Formats: sequence, structure tokens, C-alpha cells
Amino acid sequence: MALIIRLLLCACLLWPLLGLAAVEVREFDNPVTEQRYRDLTATLRCPKCENQAIDDSESPIAGDMRERVYAQLQDGRSDKEILDFMVSRFGDYVLYNPRLEGRTLLLWGLPAGLVLLGALVVVLMVRARRRTSARDLSAEERARLEALTKRERTE
Amino acid sequence: MTRRLLLLLPLVGFLVLGAFLFMGLSINPFERDSALMAREFPAFELTTLEDAERVVDASLLEGEVTLVNVWGEWCPTCKQEMPQLLDLADRGVRLVGVDYKDTREKGREFLAEFGNPFEVNIFDPEGSLGFDLGVYGAPETFLVDRDGIIRYHHTGYIRPEDVRETILPEVEKWR
Amino acid sequence: MQTLMIPEIGHYALIIALLMALVQGVMPLAGAATRRPLWMAYARPMATGQFLFLAIAYACLTASYLLDDFSVANVANNSNSMLPWYYKASAVWGNHEGSVLLWSLILAAWGFAVSRFSRELPRDMLARVMGVMGLVSLGFLAFVLITSNPFERLLPNVPQDGADLNPLLQDFGLIVHPPMLYMGYVGFSVVFAFAIAALLGGRLDAAWTRWARPWTNIAWAFLTVGIALGSWWAYYELGWGGWWFWDPVENASLLPWLAGTALIHSLAVTEKRGAFKSWTVLLAISTFSLSLMGTFLVRSGVLTSVHAFANDPSRGLFILVLLGITVGLSLLLFALRAPRVSHQVGFSWLSRDALLLINNILLVIMTVTVLLGTVYPLLLDALNLGKISVGPPYFNALFVPLTVILCLFMGLGPLSRWKHTPARDLFQRSWHAGLAALVIGAVAPLLYRGEWNLKVSLGVVIALWIVLPMARDLWVKSRHSAGRVAGLRRLSLAYWGMILGHLGIAVTIIGVTVVSNYAIERNVRMGVGDSVEVAGYTFTMTELANRRGPNYLADAAEIEVQRGDSRRSFTMTPEKRLYIARGMPMTQVALRPGLFRDLYVAMGEDLEDGSWAMRIQHKPFVRWLWLGALLMAAGGVLAVADRRYRRTVTARDPERAAAVEPREATA
Repeated sequence: MALIIRLLLCACLLWPLLGLAAVEVREFDNPVTEQRYRDLTATLRCPKCENQAIDDSESPIAGDMRERVYAQLQDGRSDKEILDFMVSRFGDYVLYNPRLEGRTLLLWGLPAGLVLLGALVVVLMVRARRRTSARDLSAEERARLEALTKRERTE
Repeated sequence: MTRRLLLLLPLVGFLVLGAFLFMGLSINPFERDSALMAREFPAFELTTLEDAERVVDASLLEGEVTLVNVWGEWCPTCKQEMPQLLDLADRGVRLVGVDYKDTREKGREFLAEFGNPFEVNIFDPEGSLGFDLGVYGAPETFLVDRDGIIRYHHTGYIRPEDVRETILPEVEKWR
Repeated sequence: MQTLMIPEIGHYALIIALLMALVQGVMPLAGAATRRPLWMAYARPMATGQFLFLAIAYACLTASYLLDDFSVANVANNSNSMLPWYYKASAVWGNHEGSVLLWSLILAAWGFAVSRFSRELPRDMLARVMGVMGLVSLGFLAFVLITSNPFERLLPNVPQDGADLNPLLQDFGLIVHPPMLYMGYVGFSVVFAFAIAALLGGRLDAAWTRWARPWTNIAWAFLTVGIALGSWWAYYELGWGGWWFWDPVENASLLPWLAGTALIHSLAVTEKRGAFKSWTVLLAISTFSLSLMGTFLVRSGVLTSVHAFANDPSRGLFILVLLGITVGLSLLLFALRAPRVSHQVGFSWLSRDALLLINNILLVIMTVTVLLGTVYPLLLDALNLGKISVGPPYFNALFVPLTVILCLFMGLGPLSRWKHTPARDLFQRSWHAGLAALVIGAVAPLLYRGEWNLKVSLGVVIALWIVLPMARDLWVKSRHSAGRVAGLRRLSLAYWGMILGHLGIAVTIIGVTVVSNYAIERNVRMGVGDSVEVAGYTFTMTELANRRGPNYLADAAEIEVQRGDSRRSFTMTPEKRLYIARGMPMTQVALRPGLFRDLYVAMGEDLEDGSWAMRIQHKPFVRWLWLGALLMAAGGVLAVADRRYRRTVTARDPERAAAVEPREATA
């Protein structure tokens, strides 16, 4: 309980106002930059809020971060530079797209690994079961089956 | 045999997950280390709250172990932790304040009303230094050692117990 | 002021329900193990009683809300005298304690339903099923009474008024989303109970799957609708036009859905072919386990989320223990009792069996991926490897390709036969569709927006690949000497269920593809008289005013909208509200829905010079997302509809049963 009180006292800025879209009017030179702005602000996490990106949060720090992103885009910085800029101040926590590094190898690798494993499982299982059905039927039975299935309506 | 092992796999997987979830219960998802740990205090060039003509930079923090406290007049918790800061100052800890997102007037009002434990206050109306420090909610406190490296970060309210239990020991450690 | 006794009645009813759950849990299981019919006979009456008393308890809580009884802590924390009555009734489940009570009520309701509609189940099977459900109820009711009692009182200092329901929740969405969702989550407890009962009884033939299928499909349909409602609600309520954020709470609902989708297909295979018996049991256990884990994640404070309920680690511990016991024991039982030697059912590469195996594997991989991404930050933190975030970019990057792969196989599935489909047949049935899908997909973005777009083409291709082969198949199957309509009517409901279900996915995919790639958003500054053009519509602000609602004050803007050169126009009225009781500001979005596009206007900031920063969005095909989900749900229900019909008919009328039997072949 003390922890919760501490938490509440901790972040002293205004309650991150939900249900309020962070709406600023910004001018962009070209649609590519505008899209980059949207993408960057969607991929940066508000360090203060309970799971919101900075493009969505009304909290002051999110507003500051959006300003910086805009300013840096105008300065001609690359996406990577802008993200690094934010990470060096707020930590990896603000990246919604986790970096590929040692500690996230499992995160990025497991799904792909599972797909390969799954393919292997399917191959092994079908091969095993094909043999089962093939073994079960004699030539005569197979001929009968052929005749039947030709007549059988689909399904 | 393999089959039996395979059948036990889900249970094992679940137990591992369960262990992590259990550990998760005692972790606070909000508490995290500052990104600036063990790095140089960010460069800045700002005036002080007391004297609009005097410009200070990061060299201000070198030479002695310093506690940098980010506060603002608008922040209620900052008022509540003032007694603890005054206490620290009394114990000989060097305190430097960062007046974050205030007007000069408001900042001075705050100090007049609640006391001034700070040797000097950096005036940061735009919040640029705060931003470079990764501050997202006042109050936040940074311990900077003699060489200007950030060694400890305390987010939020400093309780009286914190003064004894964590802050003073850290200050001593880096002296 | 007289203090009402209603909360006390509710409290006692809750305790009685707990006792009944205890009896329901223990007696029938002991009876089945020791072959005592008398003990087993406790199942039905206890299930009825538990439901009855929980209904009373729930009614008492609702009454306390409706009567503004602020001596009840739960009411004081979540309601207000100015709240409209329908929100008072919904506020019951808009908080932790009330929602767990609702969960328990729904669990008892499903239990009651199973006890009523299972006349043809063998007695010991029914006893075991009811027993398991009773034990789960016991766990939850214990959780409610020990950690989350909604009937706690604030005597003698009764507050004058309540703290009000969070304004974000004061919405139609609150009335429908949680109940639907819980019906789904909790509904999976039935198939879970069946699976455990099968393991306990050592009866792992395919029979249990036949009984479990209707319950599972219906639960899945509810969950589908529940998730869709949640997405729709977030879309129009939160003011930024998003419909899915891969937030931990959202993922918590998606996980049992994905596993549940695998389960409804797996049940079909096991029922029809007797294959994958152990796998289906495992899936049944896992799906409900994921429901339980979802509950844990949402209420324990372990993960940060905008949707999370009270974040209370002590409650979290209770749920974790509950989870540990339920899932741990089930999986142990599975490891010990699942058949070690499985009767190998044979099938070939291009069989429906194989394709459904692939379906299951892919869905499980998707489930694991979402689970991994959701708990990964926790994993790293627990191992002291720092704090990271895993958000939409990660999930989209992995989930989308997996969905594409799944859809590739989905095109072939309905065309395939059990055990073996000659490759020639499969090719002949699908190559037209495949070609058409590729061509239309390639051309679609050009026709729609004049520019080629790979993502859009891909989305259209896979959606058409799902639909077109089925359409052709439908065409072929509905050939009948008495005409097309007669042919269509001859087709089984199960077949229609499959068509609708898969069509639903295709529709959702189209919605997602189009809205993700072609949505337009503009942040503009508007004062009275200003006009802005977005996607061919002209938006003109005609008025800025102050309004008053039942429990809020608002700044409202009247926006007149005209399409192109058309003379006709309509008005949209976004608002910025301030809810009085909580002092909480909120954006009320103005939405103009349409089948092919939504228009979306939100007020951003008052720029203090007579103008406001406004956000205007054009969202093409966004409704298709949720319409697809409705189709899926309908399909899920249809797929088990004819089965039930057949069962009832067989019991009552052997002659009619014989006439109905031929349908079996088409399913």
C-alpha cells in the first residue's frame, strides 16, 4: 500500500488525461516527413503514462517529446538519431519497438523458431500417418475405396 | 518415454511462467533506473533563479558531491519534501536546485514560502535541462559525484526514511 | 436515514452460494470416483442453487447502486446520484469487485445451463463436469469473499454522494462490452470441465468432444463479439481513432480467443475423425487457463495498462494461487492421464486433417507470440535485465505475416476432404479463385486510390483467397434439380457456419487493410467560419457554444459537413466535456459512421483566440473490422446449430431422425 502511495506522490505532473487526443497543428514540408512524424510519435512511449504512445498522450512530457521530434525532423535528423536521442534520456523503456539485442533474442527469435518447428512437426506427423493409412489397405480395398470416392459427392 | 516427457512439457512451461508472474508481483513496473546512470551530467547553459545575469553550466556540479533536485512551484509533492531537503542541507550535503517549468516569480515565491536548502537554483523555464535529464515528473533527485557523473537517481517524493536509509549512505559512498 | 438491509442479504446469499459451490465441487466428483449415485445427484440441485443465490447477491448489489446506497463502499466509490440509471446498473461491473461478482454469476449461469441441457450425458460424466465447474466457482467465490467483497460498508460515516463513475466508462460500451466478454471467458470453463472430466474418467474417446462442441462454439462467439465491442468502444471513445493497441489487457482477451479458435477446429477434427485426442484436451485446458491468466494480468498490477482495474498485488497473489492450482493440477492430470499410445488416424498431405493441423499449429504460434510479447518486459525485469517496452510495432511485425500464412491455408481448407484429397481435385477447385484473387488484389489499390500499394494488394489477395474458393464451392454444392434455392437449403448449417465464419475473417482483413493504409488524419486550427477539406469532404465550423449535460459541462462545436459538390450536408457536434463530480475533462468525439467510411471529428485544444485545434479523420472501411467479427460469431453459432437440432429430434421422433441423418454426410 505504501508503494502505491509513493507511486502516486511520485509522478507529480497532471493526471495523464485519457480520452483527450493530443492535437497540435503542425506544418510539414512534405508528406514523407509528416508520415515519419506520425510513425515516430506512434513508436515512442510516454515515459509517464500507463501504456500510451506520445502521439496519444496529453501529459506534458509527451508534449515536450513531440516538440523535440518535430524540431529534429525539421533539422533533418534520421529516424535512428531521433530514437537514440530519446533513449539516451529516457531509456529503452520509451521504445515500443524493442531493439534486437542479446536480451531480446528470444523475443524476436522464438516465433520464427516455432514456425520452423511447427513445419517440422507437420511434416513428421503427416509422413507417419500416411504410412498408417497406406499400410491399412490392401490393393483390393484401395480399389474399392477409389470407386467409392469417385461417386461420393464432395465433403 | 518421449511421449511422457512431451506430455509433461506444458506443465513445466506453465510452472516457469508462473514463477515469473510471481516474481512480477513484487516488481513495480513503474520504477526504473535513470537512463543517465553512470554518465556525465548533461551539458547546459542557463541562468540562475536568484540572478538573471549569472550563467551557469555543468562545471557547477564538479568538485564536490552534489544532490540536484528538480522541483517546481506547481508541484505539490515538492512542497511536502522540502523538510527532508532542508534536513539534508543541515547535514552538510550540497544541494543544487533546478527550477523546472516555472516563472522566476513563482520560483522565488516557492523558496520564500518553503525555505531554500539549495546553494543555487538553475532556472529552467523551458524544461530543456529537465528533458536532457530524462525528467518526466517532478520531484526528481540526482546524485552527482565530484567528477560530474550521475551516480544515483531518486524519482518522486523523498520520505524522511529515505534520507537516512538511501540518500545519506549514497552521498557518503561517493564522497 | 434508514440503513437498508439489502447489502447484508446480498452478502449472505454470496456465502450460501459459496457453500453450494463447495458441495457442487466435492460431492459429485467423490461420487463419480466411488460410484455413488446419491452423491453424484448433488450436482444439478447445487448448480441450480448456486446460480439462484448468486443471482440474488448480484441483484442486491445492483439494487444498492440503483437506490444510491452510499453506505456500500463499492457504490460510493463508483457511482453518483446524478448518474443516469442505466450507467448505475452498468457501474456494478465497472470496477474490480463488481466485475468479479459478475464473473462468478456468469460462471454459475453456465454451470446451471450445462446441468439443464445435458440430459443425454452419462451420469458420471455429468457429475464430473459439474464437479469441476463447482470447484472453479469455489475458487472465485472465495476470491470475492476474502479479497474483493463488494458488500463492504462505510458505516457509520456514510458519504453524501459517490465519487462517480469514471467518465470514460459512462458510455454504451460499458453496458455491452464486459458482459459479452465475460460470457466468453467464462464459457470456456465448460469445455475445460469436459476435458478434465474426460481425463478423470479415463474416457478419452471422441464422445466428450461431441458434447463439448456447442458450448465451446457459443463461448467463442461471445468472446468474439466481446472483443469486437471492446475495439469499437475504444475507437469512438478514446478520441484518437485507434481500434487496437496491443495493450496487455487487450492481449489478455485475444489470447483465449486465439486458443479458442484453434480449439473449435480441433474439436471438429477429434469429433469427426478421432484424431488429435490428447491435443484437443490440452487445448481445452489451455484456453480456459488463458482466460484465468488474463484475469490475473488485468488485476494484479504486474503489467501497466490504461485499461487495468485496481492494481493490487495482494489480490494478484490470490488469483495467481488460484491459477496455479487450477492450471497446475490440470496439466499434471493431463501428463498422467493422457493416453500414452495414441491410435494413429491416417491422413495424407492434402487432407482436411492435415490442413486443420496446420491451422492449429499456426494459431498456437500466434498465441505464444502474443503471450511472449505481453510478458516479456516482466521477464526481463524479473531477471534484472532492465525495463523495456513491447508495443504495436513488435506485434504487428510478427502477427501480420503469421496471419497471412494462416490465410493461405484457409483458402484450401474448406475445399479439402477428410483423410485425403487428390491434388488434382484441390487444384481444379481453387485455381480460378486463386488467379482471380491475384488479379483483383493487384488491381484493387489502383482502382481505389490510383496508386499501387503492396500491403493493400496483399490484404485483398488473401481476403479474396479465403472467399472466392468458398464461393465456387458453394455454387457447385448448391446445384439441385429443384433449383438453386432448394440446393442452398439442402446444405447443412454446419457448412453455412463455416462459410460465415471464414467470410467474417476475410471481411475483417479487408477492413484492417484498408483502414490501416488509407486512413487520413489532419490536425487543423478552426474558428467559427473556417473550412477544411479532407478526403473530398468539406468541414465548416458554424458554431462554438457552451452546453450542459446531466452530470457535465461542455464546449461544443457545430461542424457542417458537405461531400464534394453535393448540396446536401449534415452536422457533426464534437464536445469537450468536464464531468463535475470528478472534475475530469473528456473528449466526446463526433462520429459519422458509414459502411464504407467513418468521419471522425474531435476537439483538441482551445487555442484561446476563438479557435480550436481540431482533429479530423477519414476512416475508410473501418466498420468492416467489426462486421467481420459479427459474421464470425454468427458462423460459430451456426456451426453447432444443426447438431443440437438433430440431438433433440432423435430423442423425440425416430422417424424424423432418419430423415435428418443424411445431412451428416455434408457436414
